Amino acid sequence: MPLSEYIGISEINGPFILVESTPDAFFGELVDVVAPGGKVRRGRVVSISKKATLVQVFGGTDNLIPNETRVRFLNRSLEVSLAPNIVGRAFNGLGEPTDGCGPVFGGHRVNANGMPLNPMARQYPKDFIHTGISAIDTLTTLIRGQKLPIFSGNGLPHNQLAVQIATQARLMTSENFAVVFAGIGIKHDDAEFFMRELSENGRSNNIVTFLNLADDPVIERIATPRMALSAAEYMAYELGMHVLVIITDMTSYCEALRELGVAAGEVPSRKGYPAYLYSDLASLYERAGVVRGVSGSVTQLPILTMPNDDITHPIPDLTGFITEGQIVLSRDLDGKGIYPPIDVLTSLSRLMKDGIGKGFTRDDHPGVASQLFASYSRVQDVRSLAGVVGEDELSKTDKLSLEFGGLFEGKFLRQGTDEDRDIGLSLDMAWDILSTLPKGDLTRLSLDEIKEHIKEPVEANGPVDSKEPKG
Amino acid sequence: MNSKGTRLGRVEMVNGPVINASGMSDFAMREMIHIGEKRLLGEIIRMSGDYATIQVYEDTQGMRVGEEIEGSGEPLSVSLGPGLIGGFFDGIGRPLGALLEKEGMYIAPGIEVPMIDPDKAWEISPSVVAGDMVTAGTLLGTIQETGLVLHRVICPANIEGELTWVVPDGRITSGGIVAKVKVASGKIVDVPLTQRWPVRTPRPYRDRLLPDEPLVTGQRVIDGLFPIAKGGTAAIPGGFGTGKTVTQHQLAKWSEAQIVVYIGCGERGNEMTDVLEQFPVLEDPRSGRPLMERTILVANTSNMPVAAREASIYTGITIAEYFRDMGYDVALMADSTSRWAEALREISGRLEEIPAEEGFPAYLPSRLAEFYERAGRVVTQYGENGSVSIIGAVSPPGGDFTEPVTRHTKRFIRCFWGLDKNLANARHFPAISWLDSYSEYAKEVEEWFCGNVEPKWGELREKARAILLEDEKIQQVIRLVGEDVLPDDQRLLSYTAFLVKNGYLQQAAFGSDSYSPPSKGFAILDLIMYFYDRGMELVKQGVPISLIRESDAVVNLTHLREIPPDDKPSFEDARARLDSHLDRVETERTREQGGEK
Repeated sequence: MPLSEYIGISEINGPFILVESTPDAFFGELVDVVAPGGKVRRGRVVSISKKATLVQVFGGTDNLIPNETRVRFLNRSLEVSLAPNIVGRAFNGLGEPTDGCGPVFGGHRVNANGMPLNPMARQYPKDFIHTGISAIDTLTTLIRGQKLPIFSGNGLPHNQLAVQIATQARLMTSENFAVVFAGIGIKHDDAEFFMRELSENGRSNNIVTFLNLADDPVIERIATPRMALSAAEYMAYELGMHVLVIITDMTSYCEALRELGVAAGEVPSRKGYPAYLYSDLASLYERAGVVRGVSGSVTQLPILTMPNDDITHPIPDLTGFITEGQIVLSRDLDGKGIYPPIDVLTSLSRLMKDGIGKGFTRDDHPGVASQLFASYSRVQDVRSLAGVVGEDELSKTDKLSLEFGGLFEGKFLRQGTDEDRDIGLSLDMAWDILSTLPKGDLTRLSLDEIKEHIKEPVEANGPVDSKEPKG
Repeated sequence: MNSKGTRLGRVEMVNGPVINASGMSDFAMREMIHIGEKRLLGEIIRMSGDYATIQVYEDTQGMRVGEEIEGSGEPLSVSLGPGLIGGFFDGIGRPLGALLEKEGMYIAPGIEVPMIDPDKAWEISPSVVAGDMVTAGTLLGTIQETGLVLHRVICPANIEGELTWVVPDGRITSGGIVAKVKVASGKIVDVPLTQRWPVRTPRPYRDRLLPDEPLVTGQRVIDGLFPIAKGGTAAIPGGFGTGKTVTQHQLAKWSEAQIVVYIGCGERGNEMTDVLEQFPVLEDPRSGRPLMERTILVANTSNMPVAAREASIYTGITIAEYFRDMGYDVALMADSTSRWAEALREISGRLEEIPAEEGFPAYLPSRLAEFYERAGRVVTQYGENGSVSIIGAVSPPGGDFTEPVTRHTKRFIRCFWGLDKNLANARHFPAISWLDSYSEYAKEVEEWFCGNVEPKWGELREKARAILLEDEKIQQVIRLVGEDVLPDDQRLLSYTAFLVKNGYLQQAAFGSDSYSPPSKGFAILDLIMYFYDRGMELVKQGVPISLIRESDAVVNLTHLREIPPDDKPSFEDARARLDSHLDRVETERTREQGGEK
């Protein structure tokens, strides 16, 4: 079908333009909006009716003159060009090359919106990804094919952590590993940091980047993660690679969605975000996984900055309901100078239960993890008690608990930005600090496990509660 | 005007999953329609003159103005018959397995696949002969659908008369005819093996019964503290990461129901995959057969079209009612009803309806009520007792239980299992709060537990709850001044609460403790309460609490859950060890006192 082109638009409102009587337009169609000077902007059909078509213009509507603007309907949806040679390339937020190496040749174009994966085609993710970070490997284990976001706040070292994960990530069995990096509304400095760190660590040959910078048009932010995920799916399911997708910052994405929703006059929902924010986020996050009979996989590590560090804000809240857990960074730990400042109690990996323990990591892993959570959770209670009565007034068990908390944060949690700890080492360290606690407190570990890993005889450990005077 | 056969509408406007069409005045409200070349499925939700508003169950990308609309002549309906068990359907009843075979790993819009394969063959044993009079509810025949489920083919509503023909004993296909009935008008009507039923219409039954029999779940905190009855309704609200889905999976695995319908509504694809991979290998603890032989899955994952999410709840409950009508106890898990409510909100927003609270439509409470009221224990038309129990997960934003979906759900359910973020953070699972939760069935089912498990059941339950509640007060004091200043009786109570929490309420979702029959739960709680009673005696005699607590036999009380349920000797051994420890403490005390005198 020849492309149809219309001259003149009847309304301009924010990023939207209205084009009258366009019988051939279809919902979701891509258009070229040609401004009087010949400059071309991309747009997308967001609503059609007999009378008029509403087009969302990427790149904004500044300087458009209604009578002189031409709108060309391209008869295709938002698409991305994919070929094996995209690996190592850099694109902007709309999927256009920015590395000066010219367009992508020899590939095919796919709809960037993707299609829902049939749940029956999925394979339940079970393969442990070694990150070398104790808090993650032991307590919020990352699994191949998982979507595990980092909930952070402005000024916390989430970028450093993402880079450390990306460079240290080892898939026990395969080396066919690639990184897709999607920057949504990120600062030039942050983009620069990622590129430098990843290339210094030898990941540059198998990294694809899609960058929408903070001063790029807001509306393009809607397209950026879709471009990146389409590329990731292609690399995983057609090229057989294990792809780690880092998307930052999802908060910018949601803000863009709200801005457009309001501009389109939609009925807003919580905090002004559109009612479809959940469905929209799901259409991105669900594009992770392992497919039966296919060798590659897509693992997502989205980063979002919680507005005001509020985890109940709609963006982290809805994200947490879709993703398979979350890694939460704590300003408190960061203030204590602990890196990585992972708040393990609010962090969670939903897929961990099936990817750890016997045959995966180590037999004692589930019990140790559960016990660390329980004991560290108690530390919080004791600390608030100590805040009231003072440390001196605490019972002996409570004092041991405080001591355990210090060891947990100072030894187990804290590690260098390039320190790569083996999972066995992390678990041994965990046993070391757990052995400082009374045996009666270790209710999450089986009696056999305690016997095997804590060597001292029970009596030498002292009675369970020894604050009563003896004799 | 068009005649019924050639009704044809035209697309006028497209706005995401909602479209507007003209030429619709001969269509029926709520009728299912096919749109355009791709034949996308939609449902008419509003009519005005020649125009209709339609919600589309599939992705509308690529749709143009002027595309044709064809009616199907029926409202959104599902096929009911043998072949459902072990099946996995999307929100509008399409079998995902067949879609996978036909279209590959992605679900492309516009694929039509029959819900039940009409060529699938079964062995039927008829229960009637030609000449018999039949009416709605008459058993026509039986088919052994799976090792666990005997499928009863029952005469559907609206058919009454004399049988002129009955299928012979032996082979029949799902698309086949079971019997022919001469109805009052003299017409002969075919009774198909697979029938259609509109999902938004509750299936009829004869009578409603009081729910006084528990649905045993194998979860100690539920069976012991907050039991649900067969035919009951329960809600599990909790913020993200509090374990709603794991709890739902646990109930789907271990509930003492004959049929389980699991609806994944707007949730993760991997969770459904998890069920699909686990259930065929997990064994039903009562029959030893694979759990999949009694399970039906309905899934509209979060990335599938939103209108079909709204429908998935109805698809699931209709299937549940169909098996209830055979005289079975059916448990339905809906995870999550919040996603369903949000789908309502999303569609409502597109229709530009005036929103009530937080953008939800004003009819949200009435829709919730309609759904939960489809649960119940009934006398079916077939004459046997059957039940549908509904357990709905609720995902309140920010874990705030005062939001509209949780609040309105609470009005229509009788069992509330509130999940607590702090418990989840400490990895105390199931994170069902013993303070927020309640069950209105507790009294109604107590008699059953006392009669079938242990006569002391009710007494023990009351005692455990009282200790947990009292402990909460003591904990507040401890948080202020520490434990040391408390008198020993309070410290013993607080320690007993610790034992109840760690030894009884906590239950791993995996491994041997995943299913805990009521008898095992009782044994654990009984022993902990025994320790409390004897301990209290000693405290009254002036024995310091540390001496009472300080023993492996007491620490062991938190490890009783590691004992397999049928291992009676280990429980007896634990009691003997506890006794000998307490005896020793008591003797030493007596000797000391003797010495003092």
